[in-house]
Amino acid sequence: MYVYLYIPLLILIVFSFNGGRMATIWEGFSLRWYAEVMQSDQFRAATVNSLVVASCAAFLATTLATLAALGFRGRPIRGQGMMVPFLSFPLVIPEIVTAVATLIFFISIGVPLGMVGLIAAHTVFCIPFAFITIKARMDVMDDTLEQAANDLYADPRRTFFSVTLPLLWPAILAGFILAFIVSLDDFVISLFLAGPSSTTLPIYMFGMMRLGVTPAVNAVSTILLVMSVLFVLIAAWINRMQRK
Amino acid sequence: MGFLEVEAVSHQYAGTDAQVLNEVSLTIQENEFFTLLGPSGCGKTTMLRILAGFEVPSRGRVTLDGQDILRIPPWRRPVNTVFQSYALFPHLTILRNVTFGLKMRGVAKADRHGAARRALDLVRLDGFADRMPSDLSGGQQQRVALARALACQPRLLLLDEPLSALDYKLRKEMQGELKRIQRETGTSFVFVTHDQEEALAMSDRIAVMRQGTLEQVGNPSDIYDRPSSDFVAEFIGDSNLLNAAPDSQGRLCLPGGRALGIRGDAPARVMIRPEALRIAPDGNLSGQVTDLVYSGAATRFLVALDGGEETVQIQQTSTEAAGISMGDKVCLAYDPQQLWVVAP
Repeated sequence: MYVYLYIPLLILIVFSFNGGRMATIWEGFSLRWYAEVMQSDQFRAATVNSLVVASCAAFLATTLATLAALGFRGRPIRGQGMMVPFLSFPLVIPEIVTAVATLIFFISIGVPLGMVGLIAAHTVFCIPFAFITIKARMDVMDDTLEQAANDLYADPRRTFFSVTLPLLWPAILAGFILAFIVSLDDFVISLFLAGPSSTTLPIYMFGMMRLGVTPAVNAVSTILLVMSVLFVLIAAWINRMQRK
Repeated sequence: MGFLEVEAVSHQYAGTDAQVLNEVSLTIQENEFFTLLGPSGCGKTTMLRILAGFEVPSRGRVTLDGQDILRIPPWRRPVNTVFQSYALFPHLTILRNVTFGLKMRGVAKADRHGAARRALDLVRLDGFADRMPSDLSGGQQQRVALARALACQPRLLLLDEPLSALDYKLRKEMQGELKRIQRETGTSFVFVTHDQEEALAMSDRIAVMRQGTLEQVGNPSDIYDRPSSDFVAEFIGDSNLLNAAPDSQGRLCLPGGRALGIRGDAPARVMIRPEALRIAPDGNLSGQVTDLVYSGAATRFLVALDGGEETVQIQQTSTEAAGISMGDKVCLAYDPQQLWVVAP
């Protein structure tokens, strides 16, 4: 099972250090492809774009998801049973459909293709990921802790900031990281909505592939992979610190 | 005028018909250990939540020291709660848990640390200030919850089945501790429990509740020796309830015709506690031993009385009980003053 899962990734990483021109024939260890990629202005621009889009989208999505999850906590409102599934429904809509729909919507209301539209679209599909993570935590949170805070002279506002938020914090962070990674590696929606100045890393890679598969593609892939793993590790580490 | 007055409080939860509390009135004195006792679903926890401010009753009035407190939100009431689940803040150290209430009230740091140290001393947990709640055992967490509530020096401390999660030995120990702390701090305690033994051991007064109403309010010996209803007699300890009717001379007799030794003018339910009956050759009642359970210091017997369907429980010290076995014919003696006519 693990072999099946990780062998292709392993091969990809190994060949990113290949010295030759071919992506499949090993010709000795070299960092030349990394050097080549790093020197490319296009690569650097795409990396910056990806990080900006992912940070903004993850921040907006996590904020909205937190507010939504908190909203579902108070008094039950009518139709709440339907509302929670509807918030996670976008997860199962085929991405290409969302992409086409968003493109048509943006054109019809006059949003230009570019960073702003891209961030807005990424925020939308990141919300369910953040929401599910935060809602899961909130569902198991003991509300007697908030009652205890009320009982100990904390008004609702101070209860929120001194008890609710600190207890929810790990889930908010996890939701943020998840949203960030989902945004970072999104391809379909980005391809439809990115303008010439807002190419993201996955689109840049796709462009490279059309010119022939060189180990440069492996190098970019490895960089993207390392970025994702790094964020997961940071999240896990912060979570551990919180527990202590 | 009592310290805490609960006047005709009724409550039903929104959207339900069930009356959780029905016209409950109570008076609690300053420095009193008061227990709300009853089976689950009797409304005792709802009453506590009303006193804490988490629930506003449908009808009725609650005053503390003459002041109507129902309009005061929980974060302004001079009342603190020890929760059944302890509800310690898992992300804060013990010290910050205990100082939480004082911090919210704006007490200066040095003062609240002093108060926290005193509260932790009181519950014998000095030296734990820098630990996290998850490092502590259940019994220790319980003490922290108590210290946290007491650090605020509430006028009234509410305790919601605080001992129910502890094992038997620790529970016994904490009963004594709670009583000591209540005496030392001079705070009024309102203690909720379904454990009658706990209630009898600790309380100054007990209110027995059933289905949202008060069955009886009194001190432990009132409740135990002079229950006002079958329900109280059976809920508190073991009891024998016998049907009796007056004969032509006004003596209460069992259906078989045996006079009990007290007078009455109407059919009545007569209670006698198992420990008030003893096996003696000159006893007034006679019967046959149908069951016997040895439990160390004491032995319990079931005795089917002659001439009727009544079976009574009796309890004897195990030395007294030596030599009696199943099927033996025995006579039972009692002091007629130990009989109690439960309100007809």
